[in-house]
This record gives sequence, C-alpha cells and structure tokens, in this order.
Amino acid sequence: MSVTIGSGHEGNVREQISAYKSRLKGGEMGALPSVLSLFVLVILFSALNPFFFTQGNFANLLTQTATLMMLSMALVFVILLAEIDLSAGVTSGVAMALFILMTNKGGIDWRLSILAGLACGIAIGATIGFFVARVGVPSFVVTLGLFLGFQGLQLALLGDGGIYRIEVPEIRAIMNDNLPAVLGWSFFIIAMVTMSALGFYDRRVRSRNGLANRPISLLYTKLIVVAVVGASLVALLNTNRSNSIKEISGVPIVVPIVLTILFLGTLLLDRTRFGRHLYAVGGNPEAARRSGIKVVKIRIIAFMLCSGLAVISGIFNASRVGAVEATAGKAIVLSGVAAAVVGGVSLFGGRGRLIHAGVGALVIAIIDNGLGLLGLPAGINFLVTGGVLIMAATVDAVSRNRSSTTR
Amino acid sequence: MTTQTPIVELTGITKSFGPVDVLKGIDLKVYAGRVTALVGDNGAGKSTLIKGLAGVQQYDSGSVKFEGVETQLPSARAAAALGIEVVYQDLALCENLDIVQNMFLGREVMTGITLNEAQMEFEASKTLTSLSVRTVKSVRQKVASLSGGQRQTVAIARSVLRNAKLVILDEPTAALGVAQTEQVLNLVRRLADSGVAVIIISHNLADVFKVADNIAVLYLGKMVAQLESKNTNHLDVVQYITGTRSMGDQA
Repeated sequence: MSVTIGSGHEGNVREQISAYKSRLKGGEMGALPSVLSLFVLVILFSALNPFFFTQGNFANLLTQTATLMMLSMALVFVILLAEIDLSAGVTSGVAMALFILMTNKGGIDWRLSILAGLACGIAIGATIGFFVARVGVPSFVVTLGLFLGFQGLQLALLGDGGIYRIEVPEIRAIMNDNLPAVLGWSFFIIAMVTMSALGFYDRRVRSRNGLANRPISLLYTKLIVVAVVGASLVALLNTNRSNSIKEISGVPIVVPIVLTILFLGTLLLDRTRFGRHLYAVGGNPEAARRSGIKVVKIRIIAFMLCSGLAVISGIFNASRVGAVEATAGKAIVLSGVAAAVVGGVSLFGGRGRLIHAGVGALVIAIIDNGLGLLGLPAGINFLVTGGVLIMAATVDAVSRNRSSTTR
Repeated sequence: MTTQTPIVELTGITKSFGPVDVLKGIDLKVYAGRVTALVGDNGAGKSTLIKGLAGVQQYDSGSVKFEGVETQLPSARAAAALGIEVVYQDLALCENLDIVQNMFLGREVMTGITLNEAQMEFEASKTLTSLSVRTVKSVRQKVASLSGGQRQTVAIARSVLRNAKLVILDEPTAALGVAQTEQVLNLVRRLADSGVAVIIISHNLADVFKVADNIAVLYLGKMVAQLESKNTNHLDVVQYITGTRSMGDQA
C-alpha cells in the first residue's frame, strides 16, 4: 500500500527548515522567543558584569531557578487546560508545614513525612479538581480562595511567625550539596544515551511502519548541540568555584532531580493517552467529550499532578532556605505562572510543553540574577520581569490569532 | 437495488417535546452505498430525526431496524458501536492537535502504555488516500492551519477510520466556498461509493442534486416525499419542502 500523503517527515534538511519557518509564520512559536531572549540575556549580562559568566554564578543560578522551574512545570498541567492554580505555592507551604511538624515535633522518619507531604498536596489537588471540574466553580476563584485560606492554615500549623529549621541532612543536601565529578559525568552520559536511544527507536518504529523519517542529520545535530552544552556545563561545574580554602565543585544535586522530572513529565504528556487527552481537553473540551474522553477525570488528575509537583518545589525551597516558614510559597506562585507564559505555554490552553516552563523560569531567574549583580535598585527587577511577561503574553495572543487565520 | 436490505429502516417514528409534536410518524429507509439527502425547512424535524439516530436523544415510539435487526439507540456510544457516526456542523476537532491526533482522538492505538504514533500516522494516511484526499499537505499539520473544507475532510475521514456503516453529515457545505464545497461533495460521493450509507442534511438543493441518490423531504414532522433524485427536479422538491405539494398530487 503506497501512502501518497506527506507526513512532514520526508524531504531534505532545507525542506525541513522551510517547513519549520512556515510553522513559525503560522503562529507556532513554541519556545523560540524565550530561547532567543535567554541567549540575549546571557550575552548582555556577561558583557555588563564579569562575575555573571563564572561557574560560581552558574551554580547559584541553577539552584535559584530550581524552585521556580519546578513550580512552573507543575502549573503547566493546569495551564494546558486553560485553568489556573493560584494556590500551588501555598499548597506546597501547607505540605511542608505538615512535613516539618512530623519530623521535628513528631520524630517521624523523614521519608515517611515527605510522602505524607506529597499525599497532602495530591489530596488538595483532587479537592481543587473536584470543585472546578465536577461542581463547575472557576479555577481562578477556587484557588484564590485556597490561596487566602492556606496562608491562614500555615500560620495555624506553624504559629505566628513560626520558622522551623530543617534537621534532615538529605533534604538540606538537595540545594546545598553537589554531585562528585564522576557522578555528574555519569548522569550526563545516562541522559545522552537515553536521548539517543529514544531518537533512534522512534526512527526504527517509523520505518517499520513504512513511514518516512526526517533526515538523520537533524537528529545528529540535536544530539551534538545538547551534548556540547551539557558537557560544558558539567565540566564548568566540576571545577572549583570556592573563594576560600574549602573546595566547592560538582553539579548541584537538584539539577539531575529536576531534569529527571522534566523527562518523565514530558514522556507523560507526549507519549501517553493521558497526555494526548489533556491537550485535547485544553484545545476543545466539547470535541474531547464527543470523542469519548472523560473530561472531568482528566481535569481532576491535572490538578492533582500540579499540586503534587508543587510540593516538590516546596521541598526545594525549604532545602535552599534551610527552614520551613509560615509564609512559604506565597510570593512565588505568580512568578511560576509568569515563567510558564514567558516560556511559551499558552494561557488559552492546549499549547505548550514542560520544557517551555523550564526555559521561562531560566529567563526570569537570569533577569533577577543579572540585574542583582549589576547592583540596580530592586524596583527595576520587577519592572523588567513584568515587561517581559506582558511581551510574552502578547506574543501568545498574536500568534494564537494568526494561527486561527492562517488557512 | 430495491431488493437490498436497508442499513437503517425507521418506521412510525414519533417524538414530542411537551405539547409540540416534532416527528409525527416518520418512515425512512437508508441504503448502503447510497447518499440520502434529508431536506426540509427549519423546524421540519431534521435535527430531531438525526439526534435519535445518533443516540443523543431517544424517539418516543416507532421502530428502528439496523441491518434488518430491531435495535435501540440509548446513547451516542451505542450508536457508534453499531457503526453510526455523525459529523456535526461545528466538526468538533481540536485545533491544537494535528490531523492524525484528531482522527484517532479517544481511540488511540497503543503499544503498552505508550501511543503508537507510527501506526496511527500510517492508518490515517491510508484512510485519506483511500478517499483520494489530496488537498492536505501533511497529516502532521495542526488542524488550526487547515481550511474549512480540509477540516470537513478530516472530520469525514475520521468517521471512515472508525469503520462507520452509516455517516450522517449535518450541513457539511454550509460554511464553505465554491471550490471547497465541490471537494467535500466529491468526498461524500466517494464515501458512498466505498459502500457506506450516507445521510446528508442540506439546505442547498444544488448540492443535494449533485450528490444525492435519494431525497427525503420532511414537512412539519411528516415525511412528505421520498424521491430518487434522477426522477425528480428542483421545482418539485421546493414544492414539497414548502408544503405546496404532497405525495398524493404526484399520483
């Protein structure tokens, strides 16, 4: 059986590039604007301040970004449904309050306490999902209500101005310790092997089904770019970045954790039935319903994933601060939404990937970090971040209009 | 042709909403490989008749035979299980997904817990090719980038992919330009020629005469005429639709 309709996978490199260009013109921008601004920002700040492009600052930047990146990735699951979770930050705060009370006051094993925190987050997500999907209360209102209510709950749990030190060394290590050089390289190699294996496996399945593949040079190029960037980062981070006698080197432990969650989440969204249905519900709930998709169930699971992953960002935050505070998670949630939007996740639903949230979080963190290094007044930072967010949302709206008129 | 068992045979179908009788004893036979046009003015009962067949709404009384067997259509799922697919006017496609993803939405082909994209892409291409669809460049295009006619094509191809025996099209050309209407009508013809029974609702009699084998005319909840399109003409059909003529006049 010959198949005459093109899949877009055939054709040489030049045709692939022109196809990509026409997709861009059609409004499918993806992460391109944010990746470009990432480059511009790195070059700009490197030129303005010699300390910016140093391994010390890079390690700093990665740990600064991790919490935001995790929260932003969590939010992607609900933003894809054109919903919002304003309570994601304080949900993580409540879960961490539960964790710290269990370990510090209750003397319960920290692993068990972490699981309890995660379960608490997922239960909160299920509750939000129930009110939004089953009852039909707008998610903005449900989660705004929880945003206010949970601040009170945090105070009630931890006491006025309550701060509890994290006593568990494993939790402190996430943001403050680094992988030994060998482990850093091992993780890099595992990541590269996994990426290559997936790439070649997909090609093999396609040709077994008699379908054309993209030129293999595109896959090689992608792998080489990732390998070069990854290897330089690992090499850079493995050198000593300490100013004192004690050596500090290695990839921060949080980096492989975030990358693993990013990888698994992307598999879930791109390669499972749940992921496909999530995008469908985000794109056109009525069409999804008529195709037999259980829309309510998909919505509830999305909120559970969001809250559960938000708890992980809460763990990162607690690890970095070294303590759990009654105000944890209150300020960060809007930055999380901003990071997702800056990265190219559409607030209208149905468009965006986890990696977009990651890139967006990096952009926001670099603005914060770079402007901080320049010693500018703090107000400037907010102004710039706000401006970038509005620009990103505008790009989203314009490209959405364009893609629905490109015929 | 006339000795063939109809795919669907409706007898004495009635439906009322409160005091309003919308369908007053409808008889209709639909055959495989033939396009049956359902025409009638607004409020004649076309949509109500179709919704019953789609399983979205139940008839009050009357018998539905599918392939000669008495059947109930209690839900859309039951209708789909028999092989009845409806392509609604608003098409119900997800613009953010591509053609393959839309065609397999809700019925994805899996390998273990992962989607089998390659097989779905192959089947989708095969289906489109079998319908001689050449207007789409790539089956991996997002639906957002397709024209109205191409979207209609995707929606129809989706029903074919689901092995539909009866495809019901609700005003498939209503929003289309001249060239696109032509494409969609050709597609409808090929669909019927491949052995599928097609019911097409349309207000456009030019389209109806171009594509339909049979024309069934509803007037205020009654089936006033069932004609073979080659034995009738535009004027007759208009008179049936407007109620200025009934089956008795023809005799």
